[in-house]
Amino acid sequence: MTDLASLLERHGCRPEQLLQILIEIQARAQWVSPEAQQQVADALGLPLARVQGVIGFYAFLSDRPWGRYRVLFSDNVTDRMLGSRELLDRLCARLWVERGHVSGDGLVSVDFTSCTGLCDQGPGLLVNGHAIPRLTCERVDRIADLILAQQPLEAWPADLFDIEDNVRRADLLLGHDLALGEILRSVRAATPEAILAEIKKSGLRGRGGAGFATGLKWEACRAAPGAQRYVVCNADEGEPGTFKDRVLLTRQADLVFDGMSVCAWAIGASQGFLYLRGEYRHLLEPLNAALARRRAAGLLGRGFDIEIHLGAGAYVCGEESALIESLEGKRGVPRNRPPYPVTHGYLQRPTVVNNVETFAAAALIAHHGADAYRALGTAKSAGTKLLSVAGDCARPGIYEYPFGVTVRQVLADCHAEDAQAVQISGPSGVCIDASEFDRRIAFEDLPTAGAFTVFGPGRDLFEMARAYTDFFAHESCGFCTPCRVGTAMLKGVMDKIAGGHGAPCDLAEIEKLDKVLHQSAHCGLGHTACNPTLDTLKRFKPTYVRRLKHQDFEPAFDLDGALERARQMTGRDDVGAHLGEETVE
Amino acid sequence: MSKLKVATTSLAGCFGCHTSFLDIDERLFTLLDLVEFNRTPLTDIKHCAPSDLGLIEGGICNAENVHVLREFRRNCKVIVALGACAVTGGLPAQRNHLDLGACLTEVYLTERGMAHGLIPNDPELPLPLDKVHPLHEVVRVDYFLPGCPPSADAIWAFLTDFVAGREPRLDYGLIKYD
Amino acid sequence: MTEPATFLLDGVEIPFAPGQTVIQAALSAGRYIPHLCYHPEFRPHGSCKLCTVKVNGRTAASCTLPAQAGLEVESETEELNSLRRTLVQMLFAEGNHFCPSCEKSGNCVLQALGYDLKVMSAGFRHFFPDRPVDASHPDILLDFNRCVLCELCVRASSEVDGKRVFALSGRGADKHLIVNSASGLLADTDMALTDKAMEVCPVGVILKKRAGFAQPIGARRYDTRPISAQALEDAPRPLGQGHCEACEASE
Repeated sequence: MTDLASLLERHGCRPEQLLQILIEIQARAQWVSPEAQQQVADALGLPLARVQGVIGFYAFLSDRPWGRYRVLFSDNVTDRMLGSRELLDRLCARLWVERGHVSGDGLVSVDFTSCTGLCDQGPGLLVNGHAIPRLTCERVDRIADLILAQQPLEAWPADLFDIEDNVRRADLLLGHDLALGEILRSVRAATPEAILAEIKKSGLRGRGGAGFATGLKWEACRAAPGAQRYVVCNADEGEPGTFKDRVLLTRQADLVFDGMSVCAWAIGASQGFLYLRGEYRHLLEPLNAALARRRAAGLLGRGFDIEIHLGAGAYVCGEESALIESLEGKRGVPRNRPPYPVTHGYLQRPTVVNNVETFAAAALIAHHGADAYRALGTAKSAGTKLLSVAGDCARPGIYEYPFGVTVRQVLADCHAEDAQAVQISGPSGVCIDASEFDRRIAFEDLPTAGAFTVFGPGRDLFEMARAYTDFFAHESCGFCTPCRVGTAMLKGVMDKIAGGHGAPCDLAEIEKLDKVLHQSAHCGLGHTACNPTLDTLKRFKPTYVRRLKHQDFEPAFDLDGALERARQMTGRDDVGAHLGEETVE
Repeated sequence: MSKLKVATTSLAGCFGCHTSFLDIDERLFTLLDLVEFNRTPLTDIKHCAPSDLGLIEGGICNAENVHVLREFRRNCKVIVALGACAVTGGLPAQRNHLDLGACLTEVYLTERGMAHGLIPNDPELPLPLDKVHPLHEVVRVDYFLPGCPPSADAIWAFLTDFVAGREPRLDYGLIKYD
Repeated sequence: MTEPATFLLDGVEIPFAPGQTVIQAALSAGRYIPHLCYHPEFRPHGSCKLCTVKVNGRTAASCTLPAQAGLEVESETEELNSLRRTLVQMLFAEGNHFCPSCEKSGNCVLQALGYDLKVMSAGFRHFFPDRPVDASHPDILLDFNRCVLCELCVRASSEVDGKRVFALSGRGADKHLIVNSASGLLADTDMALTDKAMEVCPVGVILKKRAGFAQPIGARRYDTRPISAQALEDAPRPLGQGHCEACEASE
């Protein structure tokens, strides 16, 4: 395998490159064979089990063949609302393959994956890692034909892969018209201290959800001891319903890179990374081209450069310390904190990790000044926020508003006045009902990483919560007991209720699980895993209650059904071979 | 004061918990001053009358277990899962990773000496469930007394607390899972 | 020599050395905090969450929480013990912990925690995992269905034995222990009975063959004395009596 040897050499046989190497092998062969695993382990000086552990962690890597075409349907609730499950069934039927299995001839497999960030143009899917939006019966049939004809992916019609930006409202970030290099010219004329002071003064807070003060983060990193510092852009936009970073990186990549350069200037970093979620693989070439342009223009490469790392299907890597582990080529497990990345980040060195949108905003602050920035938004939430609007609305897409906009205004702008609920900031955020539509998008009221998912009058909010529960169980990294076991148990309770076996005792179990997850989970994924269920229980309780049996307790399984296997084996069907329902407690 | 009424039964268990119960030995006389037994293998009463306490040994492996458990739940104010099998499914539940059909086939049809084998299908026999379940997966359970079996002292401590109207609580050494 | 800095644990002053975490200082000072994945000879891991305490109103794992002067830490409260009971129940439900047939019974940390915290019920529906056991090694048996994913064997094999026999794969509920060999079997590793990884498993995953059930019931480690008393004996020496191994281990 000289191919593999040259690949390994290109990556310098460095263990930090393990994930990137495996992603490339996966892309070539659609799996990582035992021989390849061994060769990688040997070349990198790692135990084979370490390599296998990394493959086992990331959903897009596999240690067995999944067919020459691996089709993964995005399984966000917005995809489901647009009929993704029926489309998946249609594709499976056309291909004569069962979901989750490889076709007998090894040609194709079809399955689900977590939200791929095409919610404004769903349902979406990935074929061998390449995104296809706007699925319809007609497009699914075309895909089936191409697979059956064994057309190489490069030969598939380009229109299948066209992804729209759908920018519906542009403001500061999406509307800026500065020329390439303009921002860095003004920044380099100022001292790092002055830039830092400006960022602090602007009141900029992280746009990834947590809302930590950006200036303080940069300052702490600058002050941390160490010769080598890193700037990391978190483009692992995995929160279901969020896709604004995809659009920022499509339309304003230079603004984002400017922001990273501003940060590098302020903290004294020489290396930057952009961690791009695997679902946005289609952005890799354009982004690399943008980096090359910047190097040619002298905007990179002089004391600071940026490298792009790909993710491989793991939501938890959006957590900054898990992202750093992943950048180091490991399983993306969140670290114990403290110490924090600002002092002990990439390779245990001082590191700033910020969201895509945060860097874009920082670039404009550095250029225009803090006062201009503060003029937008509210007193406590300066600037603008990009919202990823999807779900039951006529105009899904990206909306950039100054902070402080009401939910009602957004709903009016996207033509969803009849909404019954909006999920703000994805499943780890909050679900609000119509009585709360005058609340404002702002850190002091409704903080958000950007997802704004609309549920129209006919939608069943229980099913929404159940979809999000599936998501958390699928994405838990499994490190800590409460999240590993608790998210699986929560899924069990929701499935029990959905299957008609729910009882009031199950609501008590949900509360018990929420308490444990809140008190003891290792990271935000676990802390928030029960939120969609609790929010909908609080606001839309009838959707639960009408599914519950009246008695206090109900088994999770169908007792009569549990005798079916024995009936088959004995051929019995007499009265004694059945169990009726117990109705009296 | 009228005596507390107590019922007991063994479902998918081995009667070890009942044997351990009898190991309270002479304390049985004290207990009989305080409680009155109705359905239990000790009295051979076949059906459960309304009772204050139901002690149930064993998990749920077949249809008859379900009927008996439901009868207890209907008639007993308080249900106690007595012993490892009632609490966790125990030894019988170790078949849960096997397919029931494959088990029956192997035991009655393909095992050596089974040339004219037949999977028993007499309506008198209860049909097995596909999985074995602990009690709390089938009905609401009020107390759990783990152990294989719970020791006589643990059972005694539980009963004396319960009869005295105290919240049952076991000291270290009385809680055992094996 | 200046007085060591202290924090409060359930109202009692606990001295600590720089670099110690809350649980390390507490154990050194003779105060027990329940724990499973923490081991005094290894760097704190922070995954089981049994050692969760409340600090100034917020919960945190005490094994990874750096000790700081003036912290007010709560541990022995009904709220926290109730959380710990639930976590023990979750671990029991997740694995196949059938104590009566487990050779580790009586010497099992998970079981001992259940006894000490008075866990009486299963609490949840069992997962009944179905992972094949590995009996390939002549002296050692692996039953993966009992794994609590504390990674102590991973750490011991790598940091003490220098063999890197174990690692983890999968994620979420599918996270599991794997063996580092091309066949995936223990027989094809250099694992030996004398390895540190052999002795650190808190539950019944890594077992010596032909040695089970040797101790009679009543003579096993946790039959009569609770883990809370015994864990203190394993703890590093108190401050002021030579160096602290835990601190060195955490370097």
